[in-house]
Amino acid sequence: MKLFSLSSLKRSTGYSIRGGVHPETRKHLAAGCAIEKLPMPKLLRVPLQQHIGAEAAPLVQRGDHVLKGQIIGKARGAVSANVHAPTSGEVIAVGPFTAPHPSGLPVATVTIRPDGEEKWGKRLPRLRPEDASADEIAKQVLEAGIVGMGGATFPSAVKLGLGKRYKLHTLIINAAECEPYLTCDDRLIQERPEDVADGIAIMAKALGTARVVIAIESNKPHAIEAMKRYIRQAGPGAEVMAVPTLYPMGSEKHLVQTVIGKETPARALTAELGVVVHNAATAQAVHKAVRYGEPLLSRILTVSGHGVERPANLEVLIGTPVSDILDHCGGLTGEPERLLLGGPMMGMPIQSLRVPVIKGTNGVLALTARETRRKESMPCIRCGKCVASCPCGLQPNELNLRIQSDDLDGAVDIGLMDCVSCGSCSFTCPSNIQLVQGFNYAKGRLAAKQSQKHQQEETKRLAEARTAREEAIAEAKRKAMAAHKAKQEAKKKAAAAKKAEAEAKAAAEAQADGAEAASQDAPQQPAATPTEAAE
Amino acid sequence: MNIPAIISGPHTHSRFSVTETMFMVMICLSPATAMGFYLFGWPALFLFAVTLASALVFEALCLMLARKPVHTYLFDGSALLTAWILAMTLPPWAPWWVAVVGAFLAIVVGKHVYGGLGQNMFNPAMVARAALLIALPVEMTQWIMPVDLAITPGFGEALAITFGTPPAVDAYSGASALGYVTAELSAGRPLSEIMGNSFDVKTLFFGNVSGSLGETSALLILAGGILLMAMRLITWHIPLSVLAGAATLSGALYLANPEAYPSPFWHLTSGAMMLTAFFIATDYVTSPASNLGRVIYGAAIGALIVIIRTFGSFPEGAAFAVLLLNGCVPLIDEYTRPRIFGRTRSGKPLEIADE
Repeated sequence: MKLFSLSSLKRSTGYSIRGGVHPETRKHLAAGCAIEKLPMPKLLRVPLQQHIGAEAAPLVQRGDHVLKGQIIGKARGAVSANVHAPTSGEVIAVGPFTAPHPSGLPVATVTIRPDGEEKWGKRLPRLRPEDASADEIAKQVLEAGIVGMGGATFPSAVKLGLGKRYKLHTLIINAAECEPYLTCDDRLIQERPEDVADGIAIMAKALGTARVVIAIESNKPHAIEAMKRYIRQAGPGAEVMAVPTLYPMGSEKHLVQTVIGKETPARALTAELGVVVHNAATAQAVHKAVRYGEPLLSRILTVSGHGVERPANLEVLIGTPVSDILDHCGGLTGEPERLLLGGPMMGMPIQSLRVPVIKGTNGVLALTARETRRKESMPCIRCGKCVASCPCGLQPNELNLRIQSDDLDGAVDIGLMDCVSCGSCSFTCPSNIQLVQGFNYAKGRLAAKQSQKHQQEETKRLAEARTAREEAIAEAKRKAMAAHKAKQEAKKKAAAAKKAEAEAKAAAEAQADGAEAASQDAPQQPAATPTEAAE
Repeated sequence: MNIPAIISGPHTHSRFSVTETMFMVMICLSPATAMGFYLFGWPALFLFAVTLASALVFEALCLMLARKPVHTYLFDGSALLTAWILAMTLPPWAPWWVAVVGAFLAIVVGKHVYGGLGQNMFNPAMVARAALLIALPVEMTQWIMPVDLAITPGFGEALAITFGTPPAVDAYSGASALGYVTAELSAGRPLSEIMGNSFDVKTLFFGNVSGSLGETSALLILAGGILLMAMRLITWHIPLSVLAGAATLSGALYLANPEAYPSPFWHLTSGAMMLTAFFIATDYVTSPASNLGRVIYGAAIGALIVIIRTFGSFPEGAAFAVLLLNGCVPLIDEYTRPRIFGRTRSGKPLEIADE
């Protein structure tokens, strides 16, 4: 372990946060590599679920010919995102395909065979951000299918619409890039600072924030320099802040604390403090969408790790298979210990090289055993390093104990749900205990329990409703029967009464007829009729 | 609970492991230990070797009994470190069987009875030290005057001291600083008279005095402790609060009556105080996990050592103070949880303050 990291000696500003760790950044592997455009892959596999929220609804079928930028998946619901064809070509399949996710479970995917012509379909109408309203900008971002490109993939339009509900004063651009290895935001800012600055100005306009802070970790002096040169284009209230090089600086709520010195309350949005955080790559995507009407079709990512022959920063189309990316970088140096999408701290292990990269994929890493340093787990020695490193003020050792003994409620009591899964505790644990692994598993179990509980309640509610309905029907039937019976009775009586009347009449007639027969019974006859009716 | 194979990061790890941590601590302990060998000669080295070797044997036996992988755990450094600290607290010319009994008490009773590494509630070395002190009051208080080169026992003589029938060591023996001062004070002599001889603060600081094998040189222990902090193996919280707790209480007593109570400097440099502050109280397993908890725990140990030394029947109270506070750690941990991000201490979400 380095006792003093050089980067921490460089000037950095901002309020301090608790905890955090200093993993070796290993950014030198790719930091010097200019962004290259990846040649057109043979196939593109574009998942319809690349974002947080509902899966997009497919708009194309097998055999369709699609044009570049054509919408192929329509956002469903308030939190969802459109998906577009990254290039022109033929749709050869629409159906389940292995997702870029550790589970390797399939997700609905549109497979396109590019025709190589890159023929554009209809673009979105261009906007002049100077004249456009906040709503128009948010709508354009929605149409363009832009999601948070730092990896969280939350639909950006939803976040750009927060100005309507909250009084916002600051837009923070997250260019901290605190994950080791990743250099794509660094390169993007160095190579295309004017695009990023313009996107930032557009987002600030949509949000109505007067202040803009572009937060870059102090270990990226070139990006800081580049952004400072174009700072005027990002707006009059814009500034660059060199924040400390400390993982997890890029965590939204911790970055907000570093920049404005305030903690976001638990379970609240940073917007409640008047702050919205967007990623630097998202800013560039917004710039393209608003100025040129281009939906989100590609992204920049870092290919790195000692398991890759030639580390690089690549601009790739969404849906490019990982194998194409690795081939372009000279392939793997051997069987990697771990193959990841994203950074080494929070990235996802993938099982297959055929999975595609998606909107939130900021890195493809092949790590060797020397880099992962995976060792056998030892018992906890209560050294407290996890407690000291937790940026959320949790006690990972205690959480782990409770989870291991299946006391999920006990774990929730001491803050399981406040864990952001940053991995600082697992990283620093001298016993190599897989702490975050356990926390994520417990969170999953709790979510499943919650949904099971919900399901049970729903079943119970439905069952009760059904019983009530059946009872109501039975009751109605009984009533109908009773009514029917009463009606029948009444009919009968009426008939009987009629009969009696008729008889009485007949009798009267008979009496009248037989008057001369001189019968004395005649006055008693009508008296008998009421008696009969009463029965 | 059975947690499935890797689903989440991190996919990299800091260099530090349990074993490396333990060996680093041993490196930090070595200057003071070497000083012990230099002062007390071959017998000290033999005693040290016997303690470590027997601890490894007991560790291996316990691991086999518990059906744990012996090769993984035996050399993880934890048993060696426990034995190392125990050896440093023994009288340097104690016979071999004291070391073996001590190692048994530390490793078997103090550690494996609780379930092995990380499970013990009490510091194993201190369990052994306290038990030895109560069970073997004579053997545990045979203090040797630092040998000068003229009377250093030769190799053969040293073997006899450690392994054979003990020769008349009276020739070399004398009281430790703590024992001497306690005895003289109870005899009613004022401190200004007692302190005239070799037990002044300066001598204690450099360590050329009689005492436990590795506890005599406050300077070298301090140096090792500072190295420990520089390597970020421990934080400043426990050592500083132990010393501050002891200095505050002994300072108050000293100010009240300098003839009856030794000065705080004397307390800090004598006996097991320094070793306790930097190497014993800081034992990960038996100390609190939060910084606030560590301060409370450390200060209490420091104060308790002074209380036992001053008012108790034993001249030294480090082992008892540490054990007592070890027992309080779960309680301290419960009440010193760190504040969760975005929440108040009581666990409610923070209020948003309007400007």
